[in-house]
Amino acid sequence: MELTAARLPRWIVAIAVLGGLFVVLPLVAMALRVDWPQFIPLVTSESARSALLLSLRTSLTATALCVLFGVPMALVLARTAFRGQRVLRSLVLLPLVLPPVVGGIALLYTFGRRGLLGGTLEALGIEIAFSTTAVVLSQAFVALPFLVLSLEGALRTVGTRYEAVGATLGASRWTVLRRITVPLVLPALISGAVLSFARALGEFGATLTFAGSLQGTTRTLPLEIYLQRETDPDAAVALSLILVVVAIAVVGGAHRVRPIGGSGPPGTVARPVRSTKDAR
Amino acid sequence: MIRESVCPAMWRRPMWRRRAVVLVPFALMGVLTACGSADQTGPASLSAPASSGTDTDGGSITVFAAASLEESFTELADRFEETRPGTVVTLNVAGSSDLATQISEGAPADVFASADEATMERIAATDLLDGEPVTFATNTLQLAVPPDNPADITSLADAARPGIRTVVCAAQVPCGAAAERVAEAAGVELSPVSEESSVTDVLGKISSGEADAGLVYVTDVRAAGDAVEGIAVPEAADVVNTYPIAALTDSEAAETAHAFVDFVTSADGRTVLEAAGFGAP
Repeated sequence: MELTAARLPRWIVAIAVLGGLFVVLPLVAMALRVDWPQFIPLVTSESARSALLLSLRTSLTATALCVLFGVPMALVLARTAFRGQRVLRSLVLLPLVLPPVVGGIALLYTFGRRGLLGGTLEALGIEIAFSTTAVVLSQAFVALPFLVLSLEGALRTVGTRYEAVGATLGASRWTVLRRITVPLVLPALISGAVLSFARALGEFGATLTFAGSLQGTTRTLPLEIYLQRETDPDAAVALSLILVVVAIAVVGGAHRVRPIGGSGPPGTVARPVRSTKDAR
Repeated sequence: MIRESVCPAMWRRPMWRRRAVVLVPFALMGVLTACGSADQTGPASLSAPASSGTDTDGGSITVFAAASLEESFTELADRFEETRPGTVVTLNVAGSSDLATQISEGAPADVFASADEATMERIAATDLLDGEPVTFATNTLQLAVPPDNPADITSLADAARPGIRTVVCAAQVPCGAAAERVAEAAGVELSPVSEESSVTDVLGKISSGEADAGLVYVTDVRAAGDAVEGIAVPEAADVVNTYPIAALTDSEAAETAHAFVDFVTSADGRTVLEAAGFGAP
C-alpha cells in the first residue's frame, strides 16, 4: 500500500479516500443507530429468525442453480464462437443492469399463473406463485450474471493453450474440462459463487414483485427489514446490521480465496506449467 | 471482485470488455432511477422558482402525502395553485410510514397528510406539528378480484375458502391492521398466501392474476380502473381508516402551509376527495 501510494498523485489518493468514506460512512451511521441493549432480542425474534433461515436456505439453493447453469454458460460464451454471441452475452448480463423490480415483473410474466409458462406449469401441477420456489427463481435470476461474468473473464484470461496441449496428448473433451479447465478457473468459480450468494441474499425487488411476502415461506430478511421499518425501526436497523455482517463475511471470504488459488496471470501460469510438465 | 478477474483480460480481448465497460454506466443509472422512484416527487408542479413576492412567505410549499392520496392531492395542489397565483406546491408521495421517517429525519416538508392516525401521532410525539392534525377523509376496505373474477368470489367468506389465493397487507401496515379487523368483524379466518408491505403490492398481485382476491381500499379499486373488480364487504363499513393532515413546524411558508390544510378540509377539497372514493370524516 505504501509503495503504491508513493507512486500515485496525492489527489488521486484523496479522492479514493472520499469515495471510501462514501461507502463506509453510511454503514457506520447505521451501526450508531442500533439499540445495542435490545439488539439480541430484536434479532432473535421468531419472525427475524425465520426470515434469516429462509434467506440463507433460498440463497444457497439459488447459488447452486447459478453454478449448475452458470458454469456451462460461461464455458459456451468463452470457448465457442457463433453468430449472435455478443448479443447473447449482453442478454445474459441484462439482470445486472435491470432494476430488480423489472426482473420481478419479467419473471411474473414468465412463470406467473397467466404468464408465458403459467398454463404449462399448472397442467404439470407445479405452482410457483407465492412459494419458496419463486424466491429462489428471483434470486437466481439476479445472481446468475455475477457467476457467468467472473467465470467467463477467468476462462478468457487463462486462455486455451493448456487445453490444446491436453487434447493433443489424447485427453477427451470431458477430461480436458475436468482436469485442466475447471481446476484453472476454480478460484474464479468460487469467488463468482460467493458473489452470487451475496447478491441472492440481498435480493429484494424481484422477490417482492414476484414471490410475495409470507413469514417462513417467502419473507426473506430484506423483506422482513422493509416490513419491520413500518412499525419497529429499531428491529429494522438491527436486522440490517445482521445482513451487513453476513455480506461482509461473505465478500471477505471471497477475497481470501484469490491469493490461495490465484486466478490472476501469475498464479495461473505457475500451475499449468507444472501440470503440462507432468504430462510430458 | 469482478473487475479483478476481468481486467487482466482487457488487453487481450478488448472487444467485448469494452462492451462490459459501456454497460457499467447503465447499471449505475438503473440503481439511481430505482432510488429516485422510491421517494418520487409527484408531478403536481415543476419547481419553477416562485417569484410571486406578493405572499408574505414566498408561497412555495412541499406536501408529504400518503400514497393513496396521489391522484386527489395532485388535483388539489393544481386547484390550490390556481386560487393563489404564484404559489408552488410540490408533492412528495410515498407510504405514510416512509414519509414520517423522512420528516423526523429532517426532510423539508411543510404539510403532512397521513393515511392513518398512528403515523401522524408519531410525528406529533416529536413536536414537529404546527397545530392539531385535522381529519379530512376516511377510507374503507373492499375486496378486489381480477377482472373476470376467475375464482367466483362474492364475499369475504369466499376469499377464506381453501384453495383460494387471497392476499392482504401485513398487520404492520395500516391496510393490514384494517384487514384483520374486517375479517374479525365478519367472523372469517383468512389464511393469505402473502402479506404484502403495501396496498400497491396487494393490488399488483390481483391485477396480474396471481392472486384470486385481496383486501384493498375502496379508493385503490377506483383508481385501478379496469385492472381489478371491486366487491363491497358489508363488514368493512365499520372499520374506517381516517386520514389526518397537519402543517409542520419546520415550514418556512407557514401561512401557505396552513392555507393548504384549510383548502383540503374545505368543501372544494371534499369534492375532489369524494370523487376519488374517499368518505367524509
